[in-house]
Order: sequence, then C-alpha cells, then structure tokens
Amino acid sequence: MRTAARCLIAFMMLAWGATASAQGRNETLLVVTESGPNSMDIHGVGANRPAYQASWNIYDRLITYGTKASPDGSRMYDYASLKPELAESWTVAPDGMSVTFKLRRDAKFHDGTPVTAKDVKWSFDRAVTVGGFPTFQMKAGSLEKPAQFEAVDDHTFRVKLLRKDKLTLPDIGVPVPAIYNSTLAKKHATASDPWAMEWLKNNAAAGGAYKLESWKPGQETVYVRFDDWKSGPLPKLKKVIVREVPSAGNRRALLERGDADISFDLPPKDFSEMAKAGKVAVVSHPVENAFAYVGMNVKNPPFNSPKVRQAVAHAIPFEKIFSSAVFERGVALNGNPIAALTHGHELVKTPFKYDIAKARALMAEAGHAKGFETTLSFDQGFATTNEPMAVLVQESLAQIGIKTTINKIPGSNWRNMLLKKEMPIFLNAFGGWLNYPEYFFFWNYHGQNAVFNTSSYQSPEMDKLIDAARFESDPRKYSELVRSFARLAVADLPRVAVYQPLLDVAMQKNVRGYQYWFHRQLDYRQLSKE
Amino acid sequence: MRLVGRRLALAIPGLVGVVVVTFLLNRALPGDPAAFFAGPAATKQAIDEIRVKLGLDRSLPEQFLYYVRDLGRGNLGTSLTTGQSVVSDLVQRLPASLELTLAGLALAVGVALPVGVFAATRPGSWIDHVARVVTTTGVSLPVFFTGLLLVYVFYYLLGWAPAPLGRLDAFASAPRTITGFFTIDALLTGQPATAGAAVRQLVLPAVTLGIFAMAPIARMTRAAMLGVLSSDFIRTARAAGLASRTVLFTYAFRNAMLPVVTLLGMIFSFLLGANVLVEKVFAWPGIGSYALEALIASDYAPVQGFVLVMATIYVLLNLAIDVLYGVIDPRVRIEA
Repeated sequence: MRTAARCLIAFMMLAWGATASAQGRNETLLVVTESGPNSMDIHGVGANRPAYQASWNIYDRLITYGTKASPDGSRMYDYASLKPELAESWTVAPDGMSVTFKLRRDAKFHDGTPVTAKDVKWSFDRAVTVGGFPTFQMKAGSLEKPAQFEAVDDHTFRVKLLRKDKLTLPDIGVPVPAIYNSTLAKKHATASDPWAMEWLKNNAAAGGAYKLESWKPGQETVYVRFDDWKSGPLPKLKKVIVREVPSAGNRRALLERGDADISFDLPPKDFSEMAKAGKVAVVSHPVENAFAYVGMNVKNPPFNSPKVRQAVAHAIPFEKIFSSAVFERGVALNGNPIAALTHGHELVKTPFKYDIAKARALMAEAGHAKGFETTLSFDQGFATTNEPMAVLVQESLAQIGIKTTINKIPGSNWRNMLLKKEMPIFLNAFGGWLNYPEYFFFWNYHGQNAVFNTSSYQSPEMDKLIDAARFESDPRKYSELVRSFARLAVADLPRVAVYQPLLDVAMQKNVRGYQYWFHRQLDYRQLSKE
Repeated sequence: MRLVGRRLALAIPGLVGVVVVTFLLNRALPGDPAAFFAGPAATKQAIDEIRVKLGLDRSLPEQFLYYVRDLGRGNLGTSLTTGQSVVSDLVQRLPASLELTLAGLALAVGVALPVGVFAATRPGSWIDHVARVVTTTGVSLPVFFTGLLLVYVFYYLLGWAPAPLGRLDAFASAPRTITGFFTIDALLTGQPATAGAAVRQLVLPAVTLGIFAMAPIARMTRAAMLGVLSSDFIRTARAAGLASRTVLFTYAFRNAMLPVVTLLGMIFSFLLGANVLVEKVFAWPGIGSYALEALIASDYAPVQGFVLVMATIYVLLNLAIDVLYGVIDPRVRIEA
C-alpha cells in the first residue's frame, strides 16, 4: 500500500515536471478552432467550411490573387489582381472566347509526379461533373461542361468560354478548381466511383505547399511543408497543427496564456475585450460582399404590403443593435444594402432613420394602425449575436403594434426553413466569395429564387438590371446599373440591411503575415512566427 | 456461468427495444440532414439528390429494414460530420471516454468512501457536516461550470494545469494503440514522458467528473454504514470484544458495500453519459462530444451508434455488478 502510494507520487511529480520539448515551436503553428474539416476534398458531398481551409493549403489552383493594404493598414487579398500559381502565365484569345494557360514545367505533386495539363483537365472536369456545391460554384463563372476544357499539350491548358463573363477568371482562383493528381486519383477510382470521391475524402492527391501528415476527424489535423513546392516562395512554417477546441472560452484562455497561436470564431464580445486588453493581436476586416439583415416574406400578408415593410425599417433600432448585440464588431449599414457590397461605387444615401412616429404613421397608412401578431425567427447556431438582436427588434416592433413571438430554430433546421420560404420575418446573413455586387444580387434578389432569396422577392425589372450588370463591359454603364438595382432594393425593401460583419482573428503578437481572404480561411503559406 | 448466460439472454429484448426507439426518435428530430449537407448554395434539386443518396426518400419501415440489415453486418453507417464510418469513430473515441470516466470514478471513490465511512462513525460531528456541505456543493454545480471554473483557476490564473487541449499536448504524439488508454499504452511502450503528459491532461477533467460523482457515493456509504453499524451482529461483535478496526472493516464495511456497488454501477454509466459536457469543455475526443456534435448536425448514424454502444455498456455493466454481488455476498449467488 505504502509503496504503491510512493510510486504514484513519484509518477505524478514526473508528470507535472515533464517539460515538452520547445524545439521547432517557432516553425510550428498551433491553430485552435471550433470545428474541423469533414473531408479533404472540396468537391465532396457536404464538405464543410473548415474543409475549404484544408483544400486551400494542400492543393494548388491555376491562379491566385494578389495582396493589397486594406484601409486600416492590415493586409487583404486583392480581388482586382490575379497572380500565377500553377499557371505561369495565361492569355485571353483575341476574340475573347478562350483562355490559354501555360503551366509551370517544374511543378510536382507530393508523390513526385510532374503536374501536367491532363491533371488540370481531369480536375476541371471533375468539378463541373460531380454536382452539388463545386458544380454550382463553377457555373458562377460560366464553367459548365467538360467540353470547355482542353489539354493542348503537357503544359498548355485551354478553357473555351460559353459567353464573355467577367467572373470566369476570378472563379478559377477560388478554392473549388483545385488541381488533383489524376494518375494517383484514378488508381483509387472504381466503376461506381469514377472520380475517386470515396478515397479523396480521406486522402490527398495534391501538389500544394502543405502535405497532409495526419488527420483525426473531430480532433486534429496536422500539415507539414512540401519542400519541393514551386508555385510560390517557400512558406516559413514547417508544420501546422489544427486542434479542435469546441469551447470558445477555452480558445480564448489558450490564446491569452500563449499556448495557442491563432483562432477565429470567438463571440464578438471576446474579440472586443481582447482587442482592448492588448495581450494578443486582434485583426479585423469587414467581410466583403456580406451583410446581416432583417428579412420579410413579401409574398404573404402582412409583409406583402410595402408600407408595412417600410414601417419595420424605420422601427429597427440600428444603433442599439450595433452597440449591444454586435459590440461594434462590424460596419453599421442602417438599411443600406450596397455599402457592404463593393468599393468605388457611389453609395445610395442611407435611407432609414430610427423613427417610431414615422413607423406608426406608415403602419396606419397600410391599414394596420392596431398592429398584428407574427413570429420572428432566427438561426440558433448564431445565437450569440442573433438572440440579443432579436430581442431588440421585438421590443422595438412592439412599439408600433407588431407583437412578435421569437422562434429559435436549431442550426440543423435553418437551411430547411429558408428553403420553405414561409417565415414571415427573420434574421439572416449572406456573404459571397466573388466581390461583385451583381453576384450578391444574383443570389439574393434575383427572380430565379435561389435559396438565398429568402423573401421570395420577384421583380422583372430587378432581374433585367442584374443580368445586364453581369455582362456589361463599359464601366460607366455598369456603375449606373449597380446604382439602379441598389436603389430598387431599397425602394422595394424585401430586407433591411443592418450591419456588415467583421471577420475577426486573434493571434499571438509574434505571428506575421496574416491576410484577409474572401474564403475567410487561413492561408498557412503566408504566415510565420518570429 | 449459467447466471451469466441467463442474464445475457434477458438483455436481448432490451437491446432490440433500444434499436427501435433510437431509430424512431432520430427520425422525429427536427432538421433535414439532406438540406444541411447539400451545402450553402444548394438548389431544391441538389437537396433531393442528397436525400436519395442518404436513403431518406424511402418509407420509414423500409429505412428501418436497411438499418437492421447493416447493423447485422456490423455497419453502423457513416458520420456526415467527420466523414468516417461510425464504427471506426466509436472505436477510436470510446477508450478516451472510458479512460476519463474510470479516472473520474476512481477519484470519486478514493475520496468519497473514506469520507462516508468516517462520517458514519461520527454522525453529527463537524466532520460529518463538512462532508455533507462539500459533497452537496459538488453535486449541485453543473459539470460544465465546475470544468470551466477549474480551467480558469488552475490553467488560466495559476498556470499549474496544462492547456485544455484534449488527451495530449499539441506537440506530443500519441503512443501506439494497445488498450486505447494513453496512460497505459505509453507506459507499455516505454514512454514515461508521454504517460506523464497524458496524466497531466487527465487530471482536471477527471477531477471535474469526480467532484460530481462524489456526493451520491459518500452519502450512500454513510447511510449504508450507519444502517449496518446499528445492527445486531455489530453489537454482538463489539460485545464479544473484537477490535474496533475489525468490526468496522471486516464486518460492517463489507456488508455496507452491497448498495454502494449497485450505486457505483449506476454512477459509472451515468458518468459516461454526463461527460458529454466535460468532454466539450476540455476538448476531450470521446464519444459524448461526438454524439453531441452529431445531434447538432442532425447526423443520425453517430447518434444511433452512440446510444447502441451505451446500451451495450449498461447491459455488460449490470452483468458485472451481479457477478460482483456474488463475490461480496455469497448469499446472493445461492438465491440466483
């Protein structure tokens, strides 16, 4: 008994005294995150957002984006400048109906196989064929069928265009058209699975700057640098460990104690406090082409009445929401949808002020002087900001006679509810990868009625303006079109833009090279530790 | 042996019931997995495609038959959140939960049994009162709160405990799997430093669970001991002049153990479920946090797998306790 106790004590001392080796920690990045990838293949069914990060760092694309300084001095990607990655150069044919890419001659996949145009064609074919999200995203750049892609010789790849679309080249730089090692992938393809979806879910056939060292789903993903990477300057970090720590409070503690290097996804209140305390660096960037809004169903009464919608817009306590639900981690929009969407367009003047008297008058004009009852829904998955926001809206709407019951919808059911398009009034947000206002409007306001047109808004005039802007090449006419559809969106008011969220990231002060990306994931290649 | 066989046979209807109920309950949950996994830009058509792929377009009895058939082949389906088969996920994660639960239970027993016995020998004394207050406080605090509090004090403020990063420090690598218990595997493979690191990670979550489980054990031990100590045979033993140590441990304690062991079995299975929240706080990769994440995503297969595994553990545990009764009290063996 006594020896056992002594052994135990000796053992405990050993345990507590053990110091992990500090070797190599400066070349290793420890990322903590709420949840990790569910696939290594961005083309896979149901690949989640963390899977985009994995794919972005393991795989190369043909082209990528340059960087620029954002207004506050931090770095961000530059949507207007495309840079070579696997493609050394590219030329657009004189008639504008095809693009020819010249591939790097020295590029290799992780297993040593040289990268050829055949691999590129296989990868593009795969993206437009497998269906679901990748095919959808390719379509956004008018990349629709395998016949468009041609491997001219080993190092020349051509894309034939179906129509002149200014989104085609930018769409080739998003995470979806990643280049797969087709020789390796085909070895794992079967008759029922010609694209090796099953194998590529858990394995990488890639040639990007990082190799997948180990992946324990739900726990940890470890990446090591691919030293033979040729598509850019060799990254500084030799190893990246991504640990899943579900509790936000613990992620904050890990950062403040200096045990973890970097984390996204903390509540806005935490970011706000950490930025003030100054122990760790907090870098924030408004999420491009995105805003959070109060949406109303324009098909069904009572919100089918434009006057009622205007009344609601005047009764939304923009400033209160911004200060006590969002903790100022965003840009206040006060009803102006276009402010969040692009840079360089003349803004539509802020149309709404919080004005209860005016809202009441509008309600009376609409024949609802006595008000009505309805339900206000939101996605519980984002309850941190949604819940206080819903309470503030509820309180304020009560003053103009709209009695609302708050309906919290579990995250797993939210998409389903959006698809049904039956919620009378609700909180939601949308963000698009490609930073073009007509891209945002195409998903959110167009009569094609995508799931993101959450209000079931239909207007032939709006559709005409959006379609025209998409294919307009004259910058002045284009600007006029953008202003017109923005004005129409404010006039018809299917939704009231409330704020543009910030993408916050907290990191140790010795972490360098972070930049904002439209996909809102970390690019390990740019990061280093001092 | 016959006892074991009969007990196992009795457990089968229970397990069948569990299979049916979990299947139905999962289908009754709100949420459409097809919509969830079709991704952000899904069209109605894309969602329908996924629904067919998941077999959700079929009728309920049909889905159930497919489920039972797969179950017979040892196939619990695929988790959509981790992208892996449920069996491999559970096999990987169950040892983590068991290691944590056993450590928590061992701690609770190590503290609660002596406290219970001590309190029973001196009922009404200040020690009895202190024990009551401390254990009651432990059980009234929700586990996630105790967990966060311990992390805040011992990790964040004092820096004594390691970072709450799961079973091992991010820079240490896991030992080769033999039992799946990191502490044991590391010792077996001769890596004392890794074993040390694993123990350090284990301390706070185990204490969190232990604090929660302490109260019922201490209370039950105290009550059982009090009952036994006031019984006739103890009075006889005392009157016969036996040493108080012998009376207390050989006669009283052994008799008081029966209800305590029953309770321990219940507490163990209960802890295995209750450590869902502890696992979440400490980023512990066990089956509880696995089932929780799956539930949030309306991912049926892992939830069903989790419930099934838990039910099996319950059955085995009850069996073990019945057998243990016989060891503690031979009379039980004869009656059975």
